[in-house]
Amino acid sequence: MSKISLKNMRHSYLANPAADADWALKTMSVDWSDGGAYALLGPSGCGKTTLLNIISGLLAPTEGTVWFGDKDVTNVPPDRRNIAQVFQFPVVYDTMSVYDNLAFPLRNRGVSEDDVDRRVREIATMLELDGMLTNRASGLTADGKQKISLGRGLVRDDVSAILFDEPLTVIDPHLKWVLRSKLKELHQRVGTTMIYVTHDQTEALTFADQVVVMHEGTVVQIGTPVELFERPRHTFVGHFIGSPGMNVLPCELEGGSPLFGGITVPTSQPIAHRPGGERLEIGVRPEFVTFAPEGIPVEIVRVSDAGRFSIVDTRHGDHSIKLLAPEGQELPSEGAHIRFDPGHTQVYADGWMVG
Amino acid sequence: MATKTYNPKAWLFVLPVVILVAFNALIPLMTVVNYSVQETFGDNVFFWEGVGWFEQVLHSERFHASLLRQLSFTGIILAIEVPLGVAIALTMPRRGPWVSVCLVFMAMPLLIPWNVVGATWNIFALPDIGLLGRGINAMGIDYNFTQQPLAAWFTTILMDVWHWTSLVVLLAYAGLRSIPDAYYQAAKIDGASGWAVFRHIQLPKMKRVLTIAILLRFMDSFMIYTEPFVLTGGGPGNTTTFLSIDLVKIALGQFDLGPAAAMSLIYFMIVLLLSWIFYTLMMRNEDQ
Repeated sequence: MSKISLKNMRHSYLANPAADADWALKTMSVDWSDGGAYALLGPSGCGKTTLLNIISGLLAPTEGTVWFGDKDVTNVPPDRRNIAQVFQFPVVYDTMSVYDNLAFPLRNRGVSEDDVDRRVREIATMLELDGMLTNRASGLTADGKQKISLGRGLVRDDVSAILFDEPLTVIDPHLKWVLRSKLKELHQRVGTTMIYVTHDQTEALTFADQVVVMHEGTVVQIGTPVELFERPRHTFVGHFIGSPGMNVLPCELEGGSPLFGGITVPTSQPIAHRPGGERLEIGVRPEFVTFAPEGIPVEIVRVSDAGRFSIVDTRHGDHSIKLLAPEGQELPSEGAHIRFDPGHTQVYADGWMVG
Repeated sequence: MATKTYNPKAWLFVLPVVILVAFNALIPLMTVVNYSVQETFGDNVFFWEGVGWFEQVLHSERFHASLLRQLSFTGIILAIEVPLGVAIALTMPRRGPWVSVCLVFMAMPLLIPWNVVGATWNIFALPDIGLLGRGINAMGIDYNFTQQPLAAWFTTILMDVWHWTSLVVLLAYAGLRSIPDAYYQAAKIDGASGWAVFRHIQLPKMKRVLTIAILLRFMDSFMIYTEPFVLTGGGPGNTTTFLSIDLVKIALGQFDLGPAAAMSLIYFMIVLLLSWIFYTLMMRNEDQ
């Protein structure tokens, strides 16, 4: 068990990467503390799986190093890295029984049959597979197979991290929730570091203590679900997490306050002066936008009912602003104005939060 | 389950295929059955013979000898071509520009007509003018496939391996290509050896295509005619006279229609029976 660190690491699938876009992963240094439950969240093609494969050793990074504790494992093959990985599509050895599947990684490492038997039965009980140990693995349902994949990681007592690559993709919706709770429970029980790759924010936010958000090969923010929600460090995080996503509006700076459409938008703290040439934007989540007697004049375009609240689409000039109105709230008809909660209004320069 | 609907009109839709099968299989087969139970001395005059020809063929030492040669030949080429084909498929690249190059080279022998293969190998292996024949003799080994039974067998088998291993390669390769990368990655993480990967991932995933490859190679080699006929003509003596060569000798050489027809049917039954046994054995564990 140890901390996993990526130091000044970057990776390209091309032989001679030149342009910025040639890098699948741009330079990053990330620490994964021992025993943490992490989610690696981002859209398809953002480099999540590449990052995971570098941690597990299936890929060697083009530059930089990978450390497990104080040991440099950059060039150590996966089978000697004390890592287990569960893939998107369940991998089971078809010709073997469930028992033999679970025993496979131990037998490959020359563990004595007594220990194999003890470990396999222990893990099978934990995963509720004990009733089907003699069944052929190929006959199981997708969730059963995925449990086996997970079990092959859990049986090894040398495993310091289990990596999940969108493991619930092929699982029926009603079983997803069951398996996810099971994972969470297992994490608390075995205390192994778990890194869970997904593009589904619900999965990420319910599973993880720390969420790592990735965008175009860059880690844009690492934080708790609450941090990601309240203080998105990048407009991408604001947009990607939350439903509907954060409102992002162009602005100018004047006297430490952002100016949107000629109207000053108050923030909790004054914004330091920025050099010119940057793209400046205000970010505010629909949850922190309210109707007010005065403020930014808008017209209401559409109201959609989302159960406990309504999503109101408003328009100011060419800019669309969404807000959430509690169920039953009466909406102003003519001459509506909105205001942003100063404590939750951020300013972004070229996408990155500056205040 | 819902109750089945019976509609006699549905037979009309099956009719075209029944007619087609009747014309290309049943009717020709029945004429053979017709010959196999009768004797003729020409002029289209036939005499009833019953199962006499079948008894004669089944007790004939000549038939036993060609059947034994046939079984040995098929057994030997399967024992060589299947492992060799799988081994070659395993060494072929999984992706990249070389894939197409390998596939084209592999497919080439399959595109050559059988009699051309026979003729090519005949000349290639001739001890006085052929590259292979002269080469072997130059190494100090006395080799002449037109006179030595062992040399004739060696050449016939080598020719068949050259011609048909590609088929096994292509089928095995197709099976290997269908294995997702995650299997290899999982095996790496599980610490599996190369042999374990082959035994527990590659072989099981290739099972279906290999079953087809073995069946095809079994049936084709069991009925082989053109290549050995052109290469050795069944000789020296009768040493490479396989079942179909023997059958043609009886039917067209000696014009013994009755025994030839009986032999055809027995031959057909053997192919059918062995194919069924092969298939059943290989698919035995599939439904567990």
